Amino acid sequence: MIPSNKNTFSRRSFLKSSALASGGMIIGFNLFNACKSDVKPSIDLSQLNYNDFNAFIKISPEGKVTIFSPNPEIGQGVKTSMPMIIAEELEVAWDDVLVVQAPLDTKNYNRQVAGGSQSIRHGWTALRQTGATAKQMLVNAAAAKWGVDASECSVKNGVITNAKGETLGYGDVVSDAAVLEVPEEVSLKDPKDFTIIGQGKGNVDIDKIITGKPLFGLDYKVEGMLYAAVLRPPAFGQVLDTYDASVAKSLPGVVDVITIGKKVREFQEAGKGNWTMQISSSDKVVVIAKTTWDAFKGKNAIKATWKTDTPLESTEKHDDILLGLLNGKNFSTRRQDGDVKKAFANADKVIERIYESPFLPHNTLEPMNFFANVTDEKVELVGPVQTPEAAHSVVAELLGRDIENVHLDMTRMGGGFGRRLYGDFVFEAAEISDAVRKPIKMVSSREDDMTTGVYRPAIKYKIAASIKDGKLTGYHLKEAAVNSNMYGLIPNFFPAGAIENYQVDTANYQSNITTGAWRAPYTNFLASAEQSFFDEIAEELGVDRVQLHMDLLDNVKKNPEPNIEYNPERLQNVLKLAVEKSNWGKTEAGVYQGLSVYYCHNTHVAEVADITMENGLPIVKKVTCAIDCGIVVNPLGAINQAKGGILDGIGHAMYSDFEFKDGIPQSNNFNSYQLIRMGQTPKVDIHFIESDIDPTGLGEPTLPPVGAAIANAIYKATGKRLTKQPYMGNLNVEEKVLG
Amino acid sequence: MPTFTLKINNKTHTVEADMDTPLLWVLRDQIDLVGTKYGCGVGQCGACTVHADGTAMRSCLLQISQAEGMDITTIEGLSEDGKHPVQEAWKEVDVPQCGYCQAGQIMTASAFLEKNPSPSESEIRNAMHGNICRCAAYNSIEEAVKVASKKLS
Repeated sequence: MIPSNKNTFSRRSFLKSSALASGGMIIGFNLFNACKSDVKPSIDLSQLNYNDFNAFIKISPEGKVTIFSPNPEIGQGVKTSMPMIIAEELEVAWDDVLVVQAPLDTKNYNRQVAGGSQSIRHGWTALRQTGATAKQMLVNAAAAKWGVDASECSVKNGVITNAKGETLGYGDVVSDAAVLEVPEEVSLKDPKDFTIIGQGKGNVDIDKIITGKPLFGLDYKVEGMLYAAVLRPPAFGQVLDTYDASVAKSLPGVVDVITIGKKVREFQEAGKGNWTMQISSSDKVVVIAKTTWDAFKGKNAIKATWKTDTPLESTEKHDDILLGLLNGKNFSTRRQDGDVKKAFANADKVIERIYESPFLPHNTLEPMNFFANVTDEKVELVGPVQTPEAAHSVVAELLGRDIENVHLDMTRMGGGFGRRLYGDFVFEAAEISDAVRKPIKMVSSREDDMTTGVYRPAIKYKIAASIKDGKLTGYHLKEAAVNSNMYGLIPNFFPAGAIENYQVDTANYQSNITTGAWRAPYTNFLASAEQSFFDEIAEELGVDRVQLHMDLLDNVKKNPEPNIEYNPERLQNVLKLAVEKSNWGKTEAGVYQGLSVYYCHNTHVAEVADITMENGLPIVKKVTCAIDCGIVVNPLGAINQAKGGILDGIGHAMYSDFEFKDGIPQSNNFNSYQLIRMGQTPKVDIHFIESDIDPTGLGEPTLPPVGAAIANAIYKATGKRLTKQPYMGNLNVEEKVLG
Repeated sequence: MPTFTLKINNKTHTVEADMDTPLLWVLRDQIDLVGTKYGCGVGQCGACTVHADGTAMRSCLLQISQAEGMDITTIEGLSEDGKHPVQEAWKEVDVPQCGYCQAGQIMTASAFLEKNPSPSESEIRNAMHGNICRCAAYNSIEEAVKVASKKLS
């Protein structure tokens, strides 16, 4: 996987350049298509036309470089790291680059957003080629001016030098370059010559963030905008029956009370909804007011009655159903190697565990909100959404408008974690503004946000292993989940390929509770379950935990299997690095360590948690983490992502719980739902494997393994195997130090 | 509706609002100071933290009628040029991920360091415990408070 040094496809349609009236040059390209997870650049980029470009590099006659990035920023740092990749190949000093959120021209605008930690992985080559092409055009212009061959010229920090030592700045040749042909082939730099990639660069929005400038969806406003609060059914399974708005309407600041929901319902009934449409089909009461507070107060004054439409579900019932599924026979087999039945029948010993996880809300700190202004002519939408393209097209269809009359602008997002993949809040805002024909901002209160979410579904696993003659001979994992099961290639993650007899089965139960992706979907709990179970297997086998993994991965190296998704060598390397950096097995008395090794989202990770026991409760003191994500584009951003993923993972594994009773969520704000806080956080120590392999993403991969690292450490301290999250809610043991 | 006179960032503002309106929404919706963020509305997350007479307070719990007469500072008024030592430390450490909670974190940290310029690690962790960072940038926040403390002392 050495990066290619030559382009292999035509770039004429991928990039276009033109001269600016001001004398500069602009180069357009499509950032989303370049970075879309399922696009192979050689096929799709050739089909683009000029109108598809949504990102630009502008070089002024003064030599200033501006990179217009339309990419939505949810805190994963791509607004910094993606322009860094362009600037590297463009050969300009990072300090001379200005990164600007692109003005969104939605005419013929094709927008896609990559999720799943894929932006950097898929954008890597295209972004490099974009920068390199711009550089080549500037060099070609300088070479023509000097009457020399372009190959005799070199570039550093935006200054072109020829063999005689004469120099021209980018600004000096930009007007000439703008009218040149876009070159068909360009050379990319050798990673060892990188001067920007691999250097820590600060967040490009930092000055605005630390001074409180408007950046987020909730900050957006226009003259005459009103605020809308939406009263949604309090329970999943209920729909609106009657309501009385007389008190609400009498309150100061309240402008109007309306109902919405019909358009969404008709859309759903016609079977037109897509996967982003996780939304109740009930009518909803909307209070429109002059301020957010007036709207919230008006909503609280609505007297509504609700009728039960579908069964009102409870956590107890989910537990029974999922356990029933695990113990039943109705599974889909997702991967099957060898014969687990036979291995289990012939085993000396079979061990088995059930692992359980609750529903989880996303709780982005910026609650769901969106601006809409629907007029007879056009529809204007502004706000934080991870899937702008889907929201844009659904709204056009929902309101019966031509798509070119619907405009959507993205703001910075106060967190995503998967919640803003679903466009319910955009559809509501559009339906409200369509009804009142005024610019409105739909704002969810924290309570609305937490109780009408699109949750991480509750999942349970039953894992069994067979041991024969001191060897692990079989591994059988069963998953029972609410609404949907592990997807794609997850059944091909470790330990697939490492055990002769291996099987993954899934079953699910369809609930009326809206569920969806949550940071590191499925693996966020799967890794906790499997990596806890491997601790138990090692104990049963009487082998060192590290050695067990090294041996299993050796099996994979000896018998390479094309369908596995991880690289055994890279997984061994992160394991070795984590062991070394954590002083594994050499800690002082009273410190207990737990290990977890995992591959997901194309990145290999190993983590060691150090805990101590205080007053019978575990305190996580330190987490040591080794990561192989290939080339680290922006170490500062990468460390932030990796640490955040680990602490987020600890918080949700240890503290966060979310139950339903009669369809009603039992937590609705941060006084009844626990998120991790500073006093509960360990120090996180991140180590990257040095690599020149193309980079992979970091928004998710450090989160899944950490739960098991904690559980395994707690086992060492207490002798209790924790199998149910949140661990602190299910700990309930006295300290039993095993040493 | 009653009228209130507020002193915010050394400027006087006259606003009309119900007396129970939280200062947070007056700042955001009526005075256009949107740096102060809404996160929970019940004083649990700290995203709305401002200084009231020099003390860090949750503006979601501070009613406009109580805020009258107080000297209120928001993130926009913490410094004229974004160069308050705490802001500079946040930049140096490159704290933010999504950035939404950071104004509240900075306001909590700056009020705390004003009273305790050389805190111990556990004092920092206690002081910052009330502010939620959903991206969990806690290691960096802790580090930035230490950096700011060095700048101040």
